[in-house]
Amino acid sequence: MTAVSMTVNGQIVSADIDPRTLLVQFLREQLRLTGTHVGCDTSQCGCCVVHVNGDALKSCTTLALTCDGAQIVTIEGLATGDVLHPMQAAFRENHGLQCGFCTPGMIMTAVELVRRKGANLDEHTIREELEGNLCRCTGYHNIVKAIAAGAQAMGAAAE
Amino acid sequence: MYDFQYLRPATVDEASRVLATQPDARPMSGGMSLLPATKQRLSHWSAIVDLGGVAGLDEIRMEHGALVIGARARHVSVLSSSVVRAAIPALAELAEGIGDPLVRNRGTIGGSVANADPAADYPAALLGLGATVVTNHREIAADDLFTGLFETALEAGEIITAVRFPVPKRAAYAKYRHPASRYAVVGAFVAETAEGVRVAVTGAASHVFRVPAFETALSKSLSQDALVGVTPAYGDLNADLFASSEYRAHVIGEMVRRAVQACLHPSTPSRNA
Repeated sequence: MTAVSMTVNGQIVSADIDPRTLLVQFLREQLRLTGTHVGCDTSQCGCCVVHVNGDALKSCTTLALTCDGAQIVTIEGLATGDVLHPMQAAFRENHGLQCGFCTPGMIMTAVELVRRKGANLDEHTIREELEGNLCRCTGYHNIVKAIAAGAQAMGAAAE
Repeated sequence: MYDFQYLRPATVDEASRVLATQPDARPMSGGMSLLPATKQRLSHWSAIVDLGGVAGLDEIRMEHGALVIGARARHVSVLSSSVVRAAIPALAELAEGIGDPLVRNRGTIGGSVANADPAADYPAALLGLGATVVTNHREIAADDLFTGLFETALEAGEIITAVRFPVPKRAAYAKYRHPASRYAVVGAFVAETAEGVRVAVTGAASHVFRVPAFETALSKSLSQDALVGVTPAYGDLNADLFASSEYRAHVIGEMVRRAVQACLHPSTPSRNA
């Protein structure tokens, strides 16, 4: 067992863990933050995307020990109290989900995309940037619409 | 995953000492290939030596007219680097086509090169540009580095610290990507260098290789016409459920043609949509 400490959604957490523990296992099983999902467990579907030091990455393909000292944000950390993050609100308004399993990963990827490429995103860019996130309800059309709207809302909120 | 010891050394020397004394220990950079393979129990390590704690290996800079990229520079850093875009835009475009944004946020050039996946993109750039790999022990020409399927000339305890690219007159990478994984079914890197044209192909065999017949033809004239009638003889090309070896041989020619076109007209998209 090895000691690990990181900041998750603003709270410092510490634990002794098996070195094999994946970040997604640490978040779900140790911290009971089950909003981050495990879809494929083979680095393909993106349901497990979280932010580590501001970068969106697949928490099923990251060792928890690698994140020692890091700042982690999960889907649970996006809203402010009862007020949804603009990207979450845009997914609701645009019906950007069907079963909802992929949604946490979609939203975490989308929020980082806006930080990286700005609020004005064309459809082609959004579709290219969603390469690492799979939706098996084939609901991409409304997801793309939601991300475009959410990006605009994030841009407006930042002004 | 099989049990392993996790180590996070602060220096290359410290990492090297562990790797030199434990033959079954494995260095990890971004872990984008290592962790999926380890999770599937395709590999069993006594220790994973996480190089993420080693500072200062991610710098991108020009040095004596050559582009030097630190081994721990992530794909996202290479694709967005103004230094790379100015010196070798084809390299930034190649990095932009690796995996997906989440992989590009984590994966590194040194990790990709050391892993030597037969379908990885960076090896084509290294061989096509005639790059030099800098390790903690020595410098290795790209021509001598890739020796087989996931095999390199790197020795136990040897760690890549940087890759040095001579700046070509022009260069382009064309990739026929697998629609799901975005690995190269076939990728061709064409570069016009001071010593002539170099052509490197990835995805098509056990490891990246050059195509002398195309290089000779294109060194006389970097043009589509120069390729007419040139039919290289290949060794064993890969055959899998995505492409037969005959098909790959055909696609090599097409990717080389597209890369030449992109060299001549840099605004031409060289990646397949």
